[in-house]
Amino acid sequence: MGFLTFFKQDANKHAVLASGQVVPDSARCVQCGICTYNCPIGIDVRAHAWRGEPVKHSQCITCGECVARCPRGVLRFEQTDLFTKGKS
Amino acid sequence: MKYVIIGSGVAGIAAIEAIRSVHPPLLRGENGTDITLIGDDPHGFYSRPGLAYFLTGELHDKALFPRTAYDFRRLKFNYVKGRVTKISRVEHTLELESKPAVSYDRLLIAVGARALPLEVPGSNLEGVLKLDHMEDAKRILKFARRGKTAVVLGGGITALELVEGLVSRGLRVHYLLRGDRYWSNVLDEQESQIVERRLQQEGVRLHHHAEVIEVTGRNGRVTGVRLLNGQALKCDLVAYAIGIRPRVDLAKQAGLAIDRGILVNEYLQTNDPDIFAAGDVAQAYDPMSGRSILDSLWTPARQQGHAAGSNMAGRKTAYIKSPPFNVTRLAGLTTTIIGTVGRGRDDDLVGIARGDSETWRQLPDCIVAQTGFEVNRLRLLVGEKTLLGAIVMGDQKLSYPLEKIISENVDISPIREKLLVPNAKVGDIVAEFWAGQKA
Repeated sequence: MGFLTFFKQDANKHAVLASGQVVPDSARCVQCGICTYNCPIGIDVRAHAWRGEPVKHSQCITCGECVARCPRGVLRFEQTDLFTKGKS
Repeated sequence: MKYVIIGSGVAGIAAIEAIRSVHPPLLRGENGTDITLIGDDPHGFYSRPGLAYFLTGELHDKALFPRTAYDFRRLKFNYVKGRVTKISRVEHTLELESKPAVSYDRLLIAVGARALPLEVPGSNLEGVLKLDHMEDAKRILKFARRGKTAVVLGGGITALELVEGLVSRGLRVHYLLRGDRYWSNVLDEQESQIVERRLQQEGVRLHHHAEVIEVTGRNGRVTGVRLLNGQALKCDLVAYAIGIRPRVDLAKQAGLAIDRGILVNEYLQTNDPDIFAAGDVAQAYDPMSGRSILDSLWTPARQQGHAAGSNMAGRKTAYIKSPPFNVTRLAGLTTTIIGTVGRGRDDDLVGIARGDSETWRQLPDCIVAQTGFEVNRLRLLVGEKTLLGAIVMGDQKLSYPLEKIISENVDISPIREKLLVPNAKVGDIVAEFWAGQKA
């Protein structure tokens, strides 16, 4: 793989992450707190899951740590319209 | 109006939130709604299902508390750490152990359930352990630190959590099942087999048709177990989870209507209009099936608590039971159980287990369609026009669509025949159908 392709891949990855947000499915959540415990920024992801609200936090870097660690599949990435669809 | 809630679990907290959404806290000095929470768990409100991840070491115990002191202050309620010994319905008062009595206008009983005790000789020895609450989890870890070998008894989710916790703490674990396979009233043979094989790969020694008749000990401490077949196993601790029983003693003494749990109508109201019950202790009437059902799941407990709180505060809200739905991790495999899935009884469980719902076993006429291999498996219970239930093991992409298809009784006639063709790609058919539904 040439380094140009490598950069392109990296850019694609960032584009996907930047255009996504973490969305909880409250019905699956038991408030164990693994998400909050593993968030490198210290966002209380669990509180969002209790309220059933997407993690719309200015400091969320969509690293995916909470999504990957949740033992019950509560969290998923969902595309937001913010950057993908332009102004509404 | 004075509201009192007994029990600091999720049903109690959800009830307080619901009451506060009807009667927001007033400014200091104003006469507002008075809410008191009385709980006998020394740790208050924490994620009881999360104890499994505390046992495996994925989580620190302090991380199990979803609320800060500030969160609680905002809800404005009095918290009494104590045990209620008597409900006097005529006087509308509660007697507490070594604390002053508390009066109520509306009362919610949300005291949960407790583990059924192991009843064999030697079960009072030090090192015979259950997993009901945080203190139990800490005790298990204390014994695990100084032990080498553990015996685990019981079926269902909690027993498996004990096995996984102890294995991840480096113990050699014997898992004893009285029946011929794991969680036989919910899982089918292949699913049990998948779980058992994965446990064996982690070094767990499985013993089927194994019944403990005695826990042996020396100087008051566990040294092993004796089985009905004459076998003896040496161990340093015995952990068990053979089922739970709703804590109905208070309600019984107060003369409230009880069956196995406290009987409540769809408004979570007992036969005393000022007393409500929610969560694992409640046996709630389900207007759809006409039966009163025990659930032992976090989400129904939260929903019941919310409905009870709303009703107590005068906002009439029926608790409509959605199809039982639970996500758990079985031997490291994320597993979602939706709707009706199993049948029969389980030799390893006396009644209901934690993380279980009785509606999983009310199986009407249906046909099973299944697909998948070792770690990704999908089983559907196909009714005449709708899907009645599903078990999704491993990859969870289909569990959200299935949850919707089942809970909304979506007409599956267009794909029913295709699903029932032998070796049909059930997953693909459902995914395609769902994409069409959404479009």
